[in-house]
Amino acid sequence: MSISGKYAIAGLGLTAQGKVFDNNCIGFGVEAVSLALADAGMEKGELDGILVNPGLSWRNAMMASHTLQTALGLENLSFSASMSLGGATAAAMIQQAAAAIEAGLATAVACVFSDAPLRAPDPTKKKAEGRAGSYAMARGWDAAYGYFGVNAQYAMIAQRHMHRYGTTHDQLGAVAVTQRDWASGNESAEMRDKPLDLDAYHSARWIAEPFRLFDCCLVSNGGACVIVTSTERARQATKPPAVLLGFAQNHRGDDPLETLSSGATVAGEKAFAMAGLTPSDVDVAELYDCYTFTVLITLEDYGFCKKGESGAFVESGATARGGSIPVNTGGGQLSSFYMWGMTPVVEAVTQIRGDGGARQVDGAEVALVSGNGGILATHSCLLLGRGQV
Amino acid sequence: MSTTETARPLPDITPRMKPFYEAASEERLIVQRCAECGATRFPAVQTCSSCLASDMRWIETKGIGEVFSFVIMHQIYHPWFADKTPYVVAQIKLDEGPRILSTVIDVEPDEVRIGMAVEVAFQKCSDEISLPVFRVRG
Repeated sequence: MSISGKYAIAGLGLTAQGKVFDNNCIGFGVEAVSLALADAGMEKGELDGILVNPGLSWRNAMMASHTLQTALGLENLSFSASMSLGGATAAAMIQQAAAAIEAGLATAVACVFSDAPLRAPDPTKKKAEGRAGSYAMARGWDAAYGYFGVNAQYAMIAQRHMHRYGTTHDQLGAVAVTQRDWASGNESAEMRDKPLDLDAYHSARWIAEPFRLFDCCLVSNGGACVIVTSTERARQATKPPAVLLGFAQNHRGDDPLETLSSGATVAGEKAFAMAGLTPSDVDVAELYDCYTFTVLITLEDYGFCKKGESGAFVESGATARGGSIPVNTGGGQLSSFYMWGMTPVVEAVTQIRGDGGARQVDGAEVALVSGNGGILATHSCLLLGRGQV
Repeated sequence: MSTTETARPLPDITPRMKPFYEAASEERLIVQRCAECGATRFPAVQTCSSCLASDMRWIETKGIGEVFSFVIMHQIYHPWFADKTPYVVAQIKLDEGPRILSTVIDVEPDEVRIGMAVEVAFQKCSDEISLPVFRVRG
């Protein structure tokens, strides 16, 4: 029997997001798990597995999952691990949880991300600290040339995509503008009250050309957790389950500057095959969006449009409200909050439950989630649905 | 004299990269080539990631290639670059195959284009370290 449909997300926990300074990375993790348990109507004693993706502020945390277990007072876990696939980790944790339950290693697994890279503003200093600069790590050769940060590394690939396929600045901007509009309906979105049009996009400062400020995702403090268990158990939870219809990972190992592709090509094919679905069955796509450009390349690689045509696709309104494939319906990481791969997971579960409020997409029965880590290096994919009732 | 705070960040000279810096100080650009499968590599590795053989040899390059992609950096992440923004960081594809992360000099950042033919020059950064940079050919 296929694993498709057997496991589901039963609980969703999302802490306050953004410039929230009353907790640290471990505390946000604890709060997220606690919220997910309450959301599912589960006691903490029902958890027998934990998977943790330690964010940047965990630094090189040894045994992060044990640290969180202790902070939560969880006893007798049979499955525990920390995972580090960058932005692909969240959707990969959910897959590992399902596989572990299938193998009999656990029955209910909390999958957790938390981070607190932002520090409270210091009134004695002019400049804010610990913001996007936290992601500007570079050493050795790269630092000697001033090649700092993930921004520049994605911008390098975007420049090549623009050269090869004619992708334009307006098209990058269309992603930012479309997602900002989606964020206006999301009460958890940091930018919900900050409308953005194409002129404002072009007026914002350059970061690493071809990227301007609004091509780059937010940096957020907070935590997010989902609880994976059997679909049968999930149906007894308070909220409707988000059933795992299909999933896959693909970590390409080649050079994205040469290929201009991500692991979505292979992971998508496998996940759709597992679910018995095609891209045309997807009602909402929650795509990992560290940058506007990441959305474009991911749309191409899942086959929502042809290679090189994603810019025109987004410009046409296809991913906006009322479009053929609504994308990043909560505003994504560009406009809601940056919980690495948890951001698209949280929005997909919200849409499948019908809890999207002002941004709810009517008839959202199948949601695609993508996770992407490193410089288009790791990729994970989920297809979530309501499942057979 | 520059302080640690404002000095240009420089790479460590690892034993594996030592031959590269020795050649660079003589204004020669060398890269690795796998004696087993012929794959070229930069920076240096112990084991070829194509065939897993551990017989990497240094080869001389002609020091010419093209701009494969580039970015224009506008943010200041390190004090040494504070008076240099906007500056170009480029991936240069050498004629011999490998790419090298560098910059394009003597050209306005907004005039850099993918596909531009470039040739190597060297910037002496310290007694031990000269770094390759590229200028537009012809």
